[in-house]
Amino acid sequence: MSTVLSEVREHDVLGVGAQRRRTAFWLSVLTLGLVVTGVVAVGTGAIAIAPATVARIIVHQLFGLGETTWTPPQEAIVWQVRLPRVLLGVLVGAGLAVSGVALQAMVRNVLADPYLLGINSGASSGAAAAILFGAGAGFGQYALSTSAFLGALAASLLVFLIARSGGRVTSIRLLLSGVAVGYALYATTSFLIFASGSAEGARSVMFWLLGSLGLARWDALLTVATLVIGGTTLYLTVVGRKLDALAIGDETAHTLGLSPDRFRMRLLVIVSLCVGVLVSASGSIGFVGLVVPHLARRLVGATHVRVVPVAALLGAILLIWADVIARVLLAPQEIPIGIITALLGAPFLLILIRRLHATGS
Amino acid sequence: MIKAHGVSWRYGANPVIDGVSVTAQPGRVLGLIGPNGSGKTTLLRLLYGALRSPTGSVTVDGSALTALSPREAALRMAVVVQETGGETALTVAEMVLLGRGPHLSTFQRTGRADHEIAARCLARVGATHLGPRAFGGLSGGERQRVLIARALAQQATHLLLDEPTNHLDIRYQHEVLALVRGLGTCSVVVLHDLNLAARYCDDLVLLGTGGVAAAGPVDEVLDPAILEPVYGIGIKRLDLDGHLHLLFQPLEETVA
Repeated sequence: MSTVLSEVREHDVLGVGAQRRRTAFWLSVLTLGLVVTGVVAVGTGAIAIAPATVARIIVHQLFGLGETTWTPPQEAIVWQVRLPRVLLGVLVGAGLAVSGVALQAMVRNVLADPYLLGINSGASSGAAAAILFGAGAGFGQYALSTSAFLGALAASLLVFLIARSGGRVTSIRLLLSGVAVGYALYATTSFLIFASGSAEGARSVMFWLLGSLGLARWDALLTVATLVIGGTTLYLTVVGRKLDALAIGDETAHTLGLSPDRFRMRLLVIVSLCVGVLVSASGSIGFVGLVVPHLARRLVGATHVRVVPVAALLGAILLIWADVIARVLLAPQEIPIGIITALLGAPFLLILIRRLHATGS
Repeated sequence: MIKAHGVSWRYGANPVIDGVSVTAQPGRVLGLIGPNGSGKTTLLRLLYGALRSPTGSVTVDGSALTALSPREAALRMAVVVQETGGETALTVAEMVLLGRGPHLSTFQRTGRADHEIAARCLARVGATHLGPRAFGGLSGGERQRVLIARALAQQATHLLLDEPTNHLDIRYQHEVLALVRGLGTCSVVVLHDLNLAARYCDDLVLLGTGGVAAAGPVDEVLDPAILEPVYGIGIKRLDLDGHLHLLFQPLEETVA
């Protein structure tokens, strides 16, 4: 009896049980929110389709169940046009969010996000080269994505090599070389636009730079993105404890049985791959990777095993809504989604900075 | 038992530790003392493998440190470093539970036994009430106690501490060191305060420029004749109530 009592007391002391219940609550709420968001988002657009109809079309397509009470055009809109777009939104939102979480732990800076590594800039340069000069034409319909992906990979490799010194990659070096490479590649992209002299090409590059989910369709890219982002989210959740230790400091990580240098390199490769795939599918979308990790931490605390899945769900929901706004706001014209995420994210970031300052942490 | 033989380290061209050998005996507390810049922290980091000496060897209970995986090393040596991680948003309880990490497999989460150990370790450093609070919001002394609790939760066979009494007021300086001493595990402590070293260590290694100026039981090392040239200060030794005390006086005044 007394041991039971003491266990209960100790349980309360640590607050672990309460934290777990809270996480379970938010995971359920957000999962439900994601499903509702997805169905509503698929139904929203120039031609509105009732959520119930959307749900029935999806169930019918997946399992062959239910009576056909909808028109073929409705089915085409839901299945061929909007669903892949919403799915891409889920992947991009989740991918950017978990990449942001990993990077913030890795460089121990709460302002870190995928932009910081210069990966986005690299992908944009690759995309610009493809649009303006037909780079990667050998890859057919995947020329743009492949070129962007190669650009992203090249950029992160460059950042990594610059940051590496004597077999070690330190946080501050990574941060600085990311910023430097990012600026250099941004200039390269602008130079490519000027050098091509094509107004039409410049317009499409601009659209790319600001991000869009408009390229989404059922293709190999969506499959690759699903595997990569699913894998990254799973991996980051599993190594949550190691991320906690790394976020405190290299010395601490070492004393807790981790090889900080090796772990950081592994993270860098995984995040680069993830962001490379994302950017090649949707262009450069800012602020999600920066803001969502903070939101997730507010909901479930700072341990990464909880932050990663919650951030993935939050990022997915946020990005789908941003895309809905992008499609609806100036319909029939579509606004680049990067503009929406920046407009929503910047004020949020300002509030966050003021809060951080106020609490002094 | 931790045994270092002929280890060295240099920052740039400047050798801080040069061919140093030390042994931390099982069940005893070894103090590393010496003036600023004599390489106390560097030596400690060589002992737990944060630095890899290009010369000599470090063995822990007979196994070469280089042959141990980071996790195996963490099961043998728990370390309280000076890096506090004050910017983390983790709670105190989560911080202490990190000490259980080396005992858990990759897919395992902390269980009831781990929570009990963590709670007990927090209680041992008198920080039970801090459990649910944010680590970043603690005072320097509270943080230090929590970090010691984390090292205890690691339940390693050796405990290494880098100036654990920093930021602690006098009462906690003594409580923390008494705690370390009471554990009965092989411990290595970097200490600034020679009187704390006198009271809570069994053996001492005194580092001077580039190497060991003296090593041995406390009683032998804390000899004014040995200490004065290393620290450059006048020292008087008193034995009061069976305890050794050192009094300090600038050398010029002694001369005058």
